[in-house]
Amino acid sequence: MLEIKNLKASIENKEILKGLNLNIKAGEVHAIMGPNASGKSTLSNILSGKKGYEISGEVRFENNNLLKLGIEERAHKGIFLAFQYPLEIPGVNTNNFLKTSLNAIKKARGEKELDAIEFLKLVKKKSSDLKIEEKILNRHLNVGFSGGEKKKNEILQMSILNPKLSILDETDSGLDIDALRIVSEGVNTLRGSKNSFLIITHYQRLLNYIKPDYVHVLKNGKIIKTGNFELALELENKGYENFL
Amino acid sequence: MIDKELEKLKDYKYGFTTEIENIKAPKGLNKEVIKFISNIKKEPEWMLQWRLKAFERLKHLKEPDWQKPKFSKINYQDIYYYSAPKSASEKLKSLDELDPKLLETYNKLGIPLQEQKRLNGIAVDAIFDSVSVATTFKDKLTEKGVIFCSMSEAIKKHPELVKKYLGSVIPVNDHYFATLNSAVFTDGSFVYIPENIRCPMELSTYFRINASETGQFERTLIIADKGSYVSYLEGCTAPMRDENQLHAANVELIALDNAEIKYSTVQNWYPGDKNGKGGIYNFVTKRGLCKGKNSKISWTQVETGSAITWKYPSCILQGDNSIGEFYSIAITNNYQKADTGTKMIHIGKNTKSKIISKGISAGYADNTYRGLVNIFPKAKNARNFTQCDSLLIGNKCGAHTVPYIKNRNSESKIEHEATTSKINEDQLYYCQQRGLNTEDAISLIVNGFCKEVLQQLPMEFAVEAQKLVGISLEGSVG
Ligand SMILES: Nc1ncnc2c1ncn2[C@@H]1O[C@H](COP(=O)(O)OP(=O)(O)OP(=O)(O)O)[C@@H](O)[C@H]1O
Ligand SMILES: [Mg+2]
Repeated sequence: MLEIKNLKASIENKEILKGLNLNIKAGEVHAIMGPNASGKSTLSNILSGKKGYEISGEVRFENNNLLKLGIEERAHKGIFLAFQYPLEIPGVNTNNFLKTSLNAIKKARGEKELDAIEFLKLVKKKSSDLKIEEKILNRHLNVGFSGGEKKKNEILQMSILNPKLSILDETDSGLDIDALRIVSEGVNTLRGSKNSFLIITHYQRLLNYIKPDYVHVLKNGKIIKTGNFELALELENKGYENFL
Repeated sequence: MIDKELEKLKDYKYGFTTEIENIKAPKGLNKEVIKFISNIKKEPEWMLQWRLKAFERLKHLKEPDWQKPKFSKINYQDIYYYSAPKSASEKLKSLDELDPKLLETYNKLGIPLQEQKRLNGIAVDAIFDSVSVATTFKDKLTEKGVIFCSMSEAIKKHPELVKKYLGSVIPVNDHYFATLNSAVFTDGSFVYIPENIRCPMELSTYFRINASETGQFERTLIIADKGSYVSYLEGCTAPMRDENQLHAANVELIALDNAEIKYSTVQNWYPGDKNGKGGIYNFVTKRGLCKGKNSKISWTQVETGSAITWKYPSCILQGDNSIGEFYSIAITNNYQKADTGTKMIHIGKNTKSKIISKGISAGYADNTYRGLVNIFPKAKNARNFTQCDSLLIGNKCGAHTVPYIKNRNSESKIEHEATTSKINEDQLYYCQQRGLNTEDAISLIVNGFCKEVLQQLPMEFAVEAQKLVGISLEGSVG
């Protein structure tokens, strides 16, 4: 589904990704771990189309040249990024934003858009599945949300949009145990034969709840090691400094 | 050629011209033209004298020049001061007699006038260049004693009210454009709400400029008698032309004891093309007098059109405990300019005012908020709250905030908050990642920014205004 070949990226003449290779097949869950500033958020930004990088290499997503597509086109094709730092948009009702987003994607795919009532039903179901308080959905998007509420809101959006590839950028950072369960449940519910995940995390803890198929170590702009769940445990014990 | 015209209409869908035979006053500004206007409207002698007096005053006045947007000199002798469809010059017995071309024009503008198709719960006065061509739902309003008619009709049918209140809020010699208007005004709406009546429906006026080289000099007067309430809305559009056309209106509101007037504007005059050619000069004087105790006047404006918008809808808070409000959204794109705000004049005790202004600037546009809060010595316990927020899209546009405060009462309280922000690239990225295209993302963010003001609009118009906010900013991010 996603094939990354020799991806290099720099910004303001600073090379951040230095020849990254990664293959994700439909239905797989990949975790990426790596020290601060190793390029994890940069990778997720490049996959979702953020502008401002100089890029070389190849990224294919379901036989599309992903690098040629605009940000929203990638979203329409089923790429979702749960932001490390979700943005606040004052004056925009969270429910409204979710509906606008879902219908924009449906429209682009030529599917029937949901009316207000259909949408409300969907939101009610998804938020109760994830034990997310409906109250926050009537507030302005992420404005004044606690760190955990913002992250839960990202997961709610993910489960409503039902993306083919979800990239979670440190969604688990700063979450309490209950919230961590909610996030994991969001992933595990979607995890099926088709939905794939790229999960960026610093903590093996999350991976206890979401058993990844692969764990990669990203260091200095490259994947330096790939393994299974055991690798995460090893990292947790040794730290990056003593690793390789 | 036609393709080019159609291409242009995509940007401003109200930019078409109606081909219709007109009656015009001779070009230019002089006594004869004023007599022509008064005569064709079959006005009583006192009205003509009132106009001529204003014209005398005008000779001693100069255009103000302190505003931020400068404009090339207006040749007042090169303007038609009266232009009206020939078919509308005789009073119609019923709307069915209205020229089909005019009916079609208003249908195209989304303001159907025919009985069967009318907007529900909204009475409309339709003004085409210099005349009112139709007023809907008159019977229903008459039942309640509400007078809603064109200014021309009010001068003939309700002279006592017009004589008493016309020019009572905006003195004839207030400033150049107000005085010019007093001399040559052609039409506008007149509203009178009797004591203790809540007007049963929204009243609205739709202003349309059609003829070229013609100025529109609107005059509107709204009187809310003791304990009454009215909500009034005006909308405006004009054809696309390379010339600048002048719209210089005077609007006066009077609220007596315990009365409330809510006045909303959705201004969408032709803004000029992408290079700043053409567009309306919207130089308007709007003032409300809270004459009675506990009265309230609330202005809400959504200003998206015009090459230059220059106006300060104001409140004179004369009655004790009276309240003035000003909610404003001013959007300027391409080469549009706006210098707008309000004056809150606190005269009575315990008077309160609230100012919420949202300025949005894109392209090469320039947007100024200018406001005055003036608290008189006797305005014990007066309160003002002002919030001015500016949003910039791109880095070639400008935003300015110029608040003037005069406080001559030590027991009063004035609060002022101002912010300027740029549209945040990361917010855009976030929205796009969720599937919205750039324009929808901008529209969403800007609508969020304007929320407090949009909420003030009557429901029927809020949705339209939201769309307009998005449309006005199309193409603002490359
Ligand atoms: N816009 C930018 N301009 C300059 N440098 C940048 C920019 N964006 C990222 N960088 C740099 O690129 C490097 C990688 O950043 P990135 O955010 O991808 O790291 P990360 O692996 O996500 O780190 P963390 O674990 O702290 O979130 C950092 O050194 C960062 O300072
Ligand atoms: Mg990061």
